Order: sequence, then structure tokens, then C-alpha cells
Amino acid sequence: MPVHPIRRDTKPRPGLSHAGREQDLPHAEAWLEEKIRSDGVHELYALSSRDVAGSLAFALLLGRRKQRQDARPLLWVREKKGGGCHCVPYGPGLAELGLDPATVRLLCLPDGKAVLRASLDATRDGAASSMLIELCGRQKLLTLTATRRLALAAAETGTMVLLVRSNAEPSPSAAHTRWQVTCAPSHPLEAGAPGLPAFALTLLRHRGGRDGLNLIVEWDRDTASFRERAANADIAAAPVSRPASTVDACRAGNERGPRAA
Amino acid sequence: MREGLAPPDQPFALVEKQRGALRIAAVNRNAAQCGLGPGLPLADARGRVPELATAPHDPMADKALIDRLVRLCINYTPSAAPDMPHGLVMDITGCAHLWGGEDKLRSVLSARIGALGFTARDAIAATPDAARALARFGGGDVRILPMEALEIEEATHVALRRAGFRRLGEIIDLPRAPLAARFGEELVALLDRMTARQDPHITPHLLPDLVTLTRRFAEPVGRVEDVLEAIGALTAVAAVRLGERGEGGRAFAVRLFRSDGHVAYLAVETGAPTRDVPLVLRLLRERIDSLADPLDPGFGYDAIELTVPVAEALEERQQELEPRARRNQDIGPLLDRLAVRHGGESVLRLAAGDSHVPERAGILKPIAAGDTIAARNNEVPWLPPEPGDPPLRPLLLFDPPQQVEVIAAVPDGPPRRFRWRGEAHNIVRQEGPERIAPEWWRRREGHAGNPGLSRDYYRVEDEAGHRFWLFRHGLYERETGESRWYVHGLFA
Repeated sequence: MPVHPIRRDTKPRPGLSHAGREQDLPHAEAWLEEKIRSDGVHELYALSSRDVAGSLAFALLLGRRKQRQDARPLLWVREKKGGGCHCVPYGPGLAELGLDPATVRLLCLPDGKAVLRASLDATRDGAASSMLIELCGRQKLLTLTATRRLALAAAETGTMVLLVRSNAEPSPSAAHTRWQVTCAPSHPLEAGAPGLPAFALTLLRHRGGRDGLNLIVEWDRDTASFRERAANADIAAAPVSRPASTVDACRAGNERGPRAA
Repeated sequence: MREGLAPPDQPFALVEKQRGALRIAAVNRNAAQCGLGPGLPLADARGRVPELATAPHDPMADKALIDRLVRLCINYTPSAAPDMPHGLVMDITGCAHLWGGEDKLRSVLSARIGALGFTARDAIAATPDAARALARFGGGDVRILPMEALEIEEATHVALRRAGFRRLGEIIDLPRAPLAARFGEELVALLDRMTARQDPHITPHLLPDLVTLTRRFAEPVGRVEDVLEAIGALTAVAAVRLGERGEGGRAFAVRLFRSDGHVAYLAVETGAPTRDVPLVLRLLRERIDSLADPLDPGFGYDAIELTVPVAEALEERQQELEPRARRNQDIGPLLDRLAVRHGGESVLRLAAGDSHVPERAGILKPIAAGDTIAARNNEVPWLPPEPGDPPLRPLLLFDPPQQVEVIAAVPDGPPRRFRWRGEAHNIVRQEGPERIAPEWWRRREGHAGNPGLSRDYYRVEDEAGHRFWLFRHGLYERETGESRWYVHGLFA
């Protein structure tokens, strides 16, 4: 039997490619690896209520990174009436982001107090690999003490706690990092279709590290990695680069044909 | 049986769809007198009896009803069974004397069934087959029953008639071998079952054998801590019993009998079968803490009863040789605790639905005792995403979809700009439409001109980079005059 070498598909896919992507790839991942402690508390502030989906997706993807080392499920705690947004997590959408919906458990609670109590309990229990705590509006009970308790419990059980806040001003907390997350314009696919999910991240605060960093990352489900991207300006102007007409690319193009209809 | 449910004194029939036509499945006495019978097309029946009232035939409901009656009959004899489609069969051997003889039992039972609004015919005989034949055709002796009482093929009936036999008594005593040679083995077997030459048993409906443990105290116990300790001891015994059967409890119920007659009821459910005593105790403690009116021992409890109403198979698992310190690998106990405290409906999981309509393709299901492993395995699997595509389904779904004002270049074209919650969004990228047809089969008259509206879904992105899932409800000028637009979800 001849032994085939591992074939590495380095050819950029049509419509999804842009220059210099491969070099940037390790950078964003390493950067997140360094900033996001896997047993810490991280606050993600959505800039506006439109960015909630983006912040939640970013948090879920951080939870997914954690699940690579640790197969425990992710527990998503949310308020039943999330400040006027009657939106519910959508399983097919999670699957499309590359998460396994079967590893996600949801806890829908009536108010912020119940959310915080249950989150602290669950973090102390340590049965979840990460806790996604979704809170809307000002939370009087989410004080420095409360976040400190969460941080201690998280460090003890090795749980990553992700606090996703919307419609809220940052308040003093014991979180390890604090991010502002917004949705960023995506790289368009052929025929001007919206592309991969993109997030604009600002590191507002980093305990024991530098803050004030800006980054735009996009999530590639197929390689299961974040990828840094250049600033917005050149995206709008840059034409979508198509690869030279190789057989593979043509075939791939044909396969993708119906989507552009 | 069904006459109890039917409108009184009016021809009534249950109809079901057979081979593409609505046919009668069952009729009441009135309708039978009008000449209607099972198998008749509904249209013909309506032609003969215009005032015929109908209802859809529901065999599952019939079965559930019969099963309820069987459970009722278990009060009279331990071995009762359903005799489908509309009968009950009971083995009253050794039970009749408790009611003062067979006739007494018979009258008590028919009064009980009659009080529920059923018309019942009953018979007592040596074998179930004979009893059924007597109940259907009346009389007290199998021998004078007509040939029709034998439940065999029509061809055998014809053959028996041609041979001149009219009553069962004429063939019961005939030699078996020639009878079998001429009319088939089946007839002989039936006759044997009727005349108790062969002893056919009924398969009784068995009540699930629940683990039930009771502890009575010599003196009433007043402290809640002591009560919990007693419950702990009972749970430990229940765990051993469950372990012997290879089962684990999905629900645990405790009844506390107070000395003044009050009975307090505590029940907890678990997400997975368990025999873990500390876990069950922790759940019960949570339940006691979250009671609306706290447990009031008053003069003390004089008895405690623990039952395990729902149990499922639970295999023994080997302990790891080196258990990981302080790391809880199983999320089940945590979810159980949260469900007890916050209510079972607040602990959910994402389940795939068997539908192409977005809101039914992904649903949230409570993790409760009803959500068994078998039910989870029966679910449709998640569709793996197509490599190379961006996410085509949103992360968050609006329930219900929210209406937006949309400006499109042409009425049936893609959207250009929309206004939602008082904010305008200019669409810079869009993809679509993905047309999703309505599920007409779910709608009343869905097959006859009321199929519902199709939706054209667009993935759109505004200038700021927010991605939305919009849809146009109804195809322009084909389904509606003016279509409305909704935002159904938010993409990451």
C-alpha cells in the first residue's frame, strides 16, 4: 500500500478569501488565547441592542474553544424577558456557527437576581465547562462582590464565566477582562451576500495586562478558528478576489451556484 | 362502549379515512337501525340519513379509554386485560366470593360501568372466548349460539352453512380430526378454546410495580431535620431496591402523614435516572425550601411514605480508578437542582424539530421527567452545516417575528432599506430569497385553497455590520396584494 502524505488544502475558497489571511490566522487565535483565561470571568458589553446576537455568538464561540479541552456542556443562563428582546436561542443557528446544540443547556429565569443566584450555584458546582450569563439593562446586584464571588468560584472549578451585558454601562467588577463587542461588516461573498460573522472587539479592561486594543475578527466555522482582519475601510472598496480558474475552484463555484440565485 | 359519548337519540357515527374516502368506522344503535354500518362511505350514509352526526374516529383515544377501564377493573380482580377493540376480559377465578358470588360481582361491576355512562354487555363463562361470544350474542349456553359467534374467516362460515350447521352445539361434540380436515385447524382450535378443552390464559394488564416504602413512628416526629433523616433512610432502602432491578428513579414522591390527618406531598423529578441518595435528599431539601407554604409539622408526623413513581433502566457504572478531584463531570444533578428550585419549565435544551418551517425546525424543550432518553433518541438529528457557507440560520430567533417597514426597489424584489424599532437600516449586502412554503397540511382546509402564505427569506447586512433575517410574508400578487415584512432573527 502506498502511503499518501497528508493533503493539506491550502487553496483559498472562492469568495471567502482575501489577501494575507493565512499569515494572520495564528495571530488572532494566539491573542485570544493570551487574553481569555479559561477559568476567569470575562465581561462582554454589547454596544447597542443590535449587537446582542454578535456578543452572544462571540461568547458562545469562546465557550466552544474551551470545550475543545474540556467536554463538559455549556450552560446558558438568561432572563425570560430580556429587556424587550423576545428572542430565543435558535438551535439550527448554533449548529451553523459550528457549535453542537446538544452540548448547550439553557436556563431561563424570571429576573436578574435568579440569574445571578443560579449562575453562582452552577459555577460552584463545576458541572459546566463555561457559563454564559446573559443580562440586559442595569443590574443592581451585579456588584464588585458578586463578580468577585463568581471569579473565585470559576477559578476553583475551572469554569469560564462569560457575562454578556446589553443596554448597560460598565460598572466596577472583578472580571479579568472586559470587552466591547459589536458586529462588524463582513467580507461579502459573490453577488454581494453577507459573509462570515465578523466581530469588532475592543478590550476595555484587562487585569494585569494592556488594555485599549482593537481588533476585528471573523469566525471561520470550517477551520474552527478566529481570524484577524484588516480595518473596515478596505473591505467596502476591495473587490471580492476570485482564485484563478482551477478545476477545483470551478467545481466549488458550481456547487455554490444556487446560493447566488 | 362509545354510545356513552354519542349524542342521545340521534344517529351517530365515527368516521375515518380509508383508501382516500371517509368511511364509517362505528355507529350507534340509532344509526344501525337506519341501516348504516362500518365500512359504508360517509357520502352514502349522509344520503340515507341526512341528520347523521359524525365525529372523527380516534383509535388511540379508544385504547386509552379501555386502558382506564382496565385499571378500574383491577379493583375487582387482579387479572384484567383489554380485549380490543371494545371489550374487557377479566379472570375472576377466586375473586367472586369476595363480592358474594359471581352474579353479585357481575351486577356490581355492570352498575359501576353503567354509572360511567357506558352501555355494557357482560357474560361469565369458563373461557375468555366463550365469555366474549356470550356477551356479544346473549344467552347462557355456548351450545345454542349461532355459528356467527365463531370468529373465523367468512369462507369457513360459508362452508359450515353449506354443510347444514346452524348452531355451535351441533359441531362441538363432533370428532376433531374430520372437522379439522374439512374446515381447517383454526376452527378446531377455536372450538377447543370455547369449550375449555384448551386453557387459554388472558394476559393481564400489570400495574407497574412501584417501589413504595413506608415508615411509621411510635411517636409523632416534629422536627423537619428528623423527618429528613427518616426520608434519607427510606431513600437508601429504595436505592437498594432500584439497584436490584437495575433501575434508577426519575421521580421521587414523599407523603408526610401528620397526626391530625393532614397529608403533605413533596415530589421531585430528576433529569436522568438516579440512585444517588444524597442527590435525592438535596433535591427534597430544595423542594422544602421553595414551598409556598413551609412545611408545618404541627403535632408531628406519624408516618412517612416514599414512592418512586417513574423509574428507568440504570446500569451500574465502574468507578474510575483515580477519580478526578473536585471536578463534577455530570451536569444532570446540577440541572435537577436548578429545576427543583426554579421550576421544571425553566431548564431547557435545544431540540431539532422535524419541519422545514424555521420556528419548528429548532425548539426549546424542558428537561423534565417526560423527556426520556428514548424520546431524545427519536428526535431528528441536527443538519450539519454546508462547508464554505457562512451561517445561513440566525443565532437568535424572534418569537413571534417582528414586523418591519421595508422599502424594496420592486414589490417582489429584495429589500433595500428597513425601519425597525424606530431605527432605519440601509441594506448594503443581501442574499435571497430563500423561499419557504407554508405547511398547508397543518392548517384547517389547508388542501382546499387555504394553504397559508409562503415566505421569502433574505439574509441582509446593514451599513454598521448588523446581520438580520428578514422575510416577506406572502408572494406579491400571487398570494397577497400587499406583503408584509418581518424580521425573524439576528445573525452573529
